[in-house]
Amino acid sequence: MKTNAPINEPLIEVQDARLHYHVGGGLASMMGRSATVKAVDGVSFTLKRGESVGLLGESGCGKTSMGRLLVKLEEATGGTIKFDNQSIADLRGDELRTFRSRVQLIFQNPFDAINPRYTIRKSMSEPLSNARIPEGEWEGRIIAGLELVRLPDPVQYLDRFPHQLSGGQLQRVVMARALILQPEFVVADEPVSMLDVSVRAGVLNVFRDVRDRLNLSAIYISHDLALVRYVCERTIVMYLGRIMEDGTTEDIIREPLHPYTQALVAAVPVPSPDQSHEPLPIGRGAPDPRNPPSGCVFRDRCPKAFDRCAQEIPSKTRVGERDVACHLFSP
Amino acid sequence: MTDTLLSFKDVEIVYKVGNMSIRATTGASFDVPRGAIVGLVGESGCGKTTLARAVTRVIADNAHIAHGQILFDGIDLVSLSDRDMNALRWRDIAFIPQSAMNSLDPVYTVEYQLHEVLRGRGGLSRIDARKRSKELFELVGIETNRLSDFPHQFSGGMRQRVAIALALALNPKLIIADEPVTALDVIVQRQILDQLRDLQQKLGISVILVTHDISVVAYICDRTVVMYAGQVMESSDTRAVLNEPYHPYTMGLKNAFPDIKSAGTGLLTPIEGSPPDLANPPPGCRFAPRCPFAEAICRAENPQPREIQPQHIVACHRSQEALQLRTEASKYETWQQIP
Repeated sequence: MKTNAPINEPLIEVQDARLHYHVGGGLASMMGRSATVKAVDGVSFTLKRGESVGLLGESGCGKTSMGRLLVKLEEATGGTIKFDNQSIADLRGDELRTFRSRVQLIFQNPFDAINPRYTIRKSMSEPLSNARIPEGEWEGRIIAGLELVRLPDPVQYLDRFPHQLSGGQLQRVVMARALILQPEFVVADEPVSMLDVSVRAGVLNVFRDVRDRLNLSAIYISHDLALVRYVCERTIVMYLGRIMEDGTTEDIIREPLHPYTQALVAAVPVPSPDQSHEPLPIGRGAPDPRNPPSGCVFRDRCPKAFDRCAQEIPSKTRVGERDVACHLFSP
Repeated sequence: MTDTLLSFKDVEIVYKVGNMSIRATTGASFDVPRGAIVGLVGESGCGKTTLARAVTRVIADNAHIAHGQILFDGIDLVSLSDRDMNALRWRDIAFIPQSAMNSLDPVYTVEYQLHEVLRGRGGLSRIDARKRSKELFELVGIETNRLSDFPHQFSGGMRQRVAIALALALNPKLIIADEPVTALDVIVQRQILDQLRDLQQKLGISVILVTHDISVVAYICDRTVVMYAGQVMESSDTRAVLNEPYHPYTMGLKNAFPDIKSAGTGLLTPIEGSPPDLANPPPGCRFAPRCPFAEAICRAENPQPREIQPQHIVACHRSQEALQLRTEASKYETWQQIP
């Protein structure tokens, strides 16, 4: 049930999404040690049809949690997430089943994502079976799916087991499986971080190619801006559950505005010996997420922090084509 | 005292699997100068970890060094008795693993584990060990009150710092770091590399850094050794290897890396195919099946390593044509021609 909405129509609207966990129940709570971790805390953005957005940040910044909220692997504890104008929190029964076929998640480690005891055929059949596709169509669709991700001569893979494939081949299978129900939206969570550099490029090329051919909307989660830039025209920078900066990837690379983004840009690995060895403009060590700093969550690592940063949470400010949450730009 | 601390000479390491012999490395030769960081770079399965671990003989039970020498300060480590080798570990040669969580014991505090090395291996008294533990934590920039913490209480980057502190405990001459930053975010990765470089320079230690990531090599290593399918393909000064590569594999590795400094986001160039099965390697150059420049001789005869420039060793039949191959290798289409 694909809609024929115009391309600029938002496919996903996230409004003030929150995902708060309570940690340390039981004995810890009796001893007064329970706390709340705000994995996602007041995140808002929209994603248009056919748009790819990178979620960029360090581990613990909430990028993976945000991705899981979008595909409804987690339930938001606050705010709303709309997919195609419908709140995903309300989805039940057939509606939920349809939603599950329209959105997909591509996992980080292909060796974890695929059951090692299933043949490729069996792994690829599962989503088809879940979506109640007639069994007669399975083989054809599986082969078409493997061709889509440019696995040459796909029939040879059908009865192999995951350990008989290389990491790059297996990640293509994972991608093919995610795409086999022709979703409209995919979340790719560090899909190449487990792969060797020489095969990364191939997998990224396939991802880009498939996305363009199927006009997919995508969220690409990574800590490496060079990879995000390769697949996303727009980047959202997250830190400790909040959005720090949101703009086109080229703008962000050329002139990062938020001090955190500046550190991320400076830290991007470069394959050249002729590069700056200046220390990064950022303090060491992310704060304890159970006990984040007051005001701006980044302030204790920020080289430019001033009084206001401790007192007031910066709200989103429009700077040119970008949104920035930093008091350097606050009115 | 020579300028070379460690020297691999024609090292061959063989794994016995059933009745098969798999040569994880063959003919591996390179030097580690004193006070230098040498990067050992290549894809998974290329033999880089096996080779690095062979230095202190921390290799699998079914593996053995079948041929060659590993000279450390003039002593051949290959022929050393197990007992002498054991005395060398931590004191002279220490190890930083990829995931510190796997090397730290989760049920003991980090101080206890530091003491194990300092007292057990170094023979320090309890009081001296306590003092040295504090020094080490200060050196790697962790607050000393965290000595009594357990490994799980540290973040990934902090654990890697603990692992560095452990490696430095007994003032070794050589540290072998196996993918020390691979599991870390870009910011922490950079901070750990900066710290490793600072300490290495301050203390004059030599480091072998094993990695699959040429950006890590580019950032921190003085010399670079590129391995493929168990063999050294190219080795030289890092600047020379990355700016003027002679081996098509090195050219390919560099192309495959997304460079944020480059102007566009044109297609990245993968190296198609996969490394050969080491139980049954191709007859000629091991890279030939994936090499866009392979000729008849490449498929027939394994090229011998040759010194193409002073200190720049290359194993490629076409290394004389490198200038022209570099231009070809920078094009996406070139790498698409491989069957």
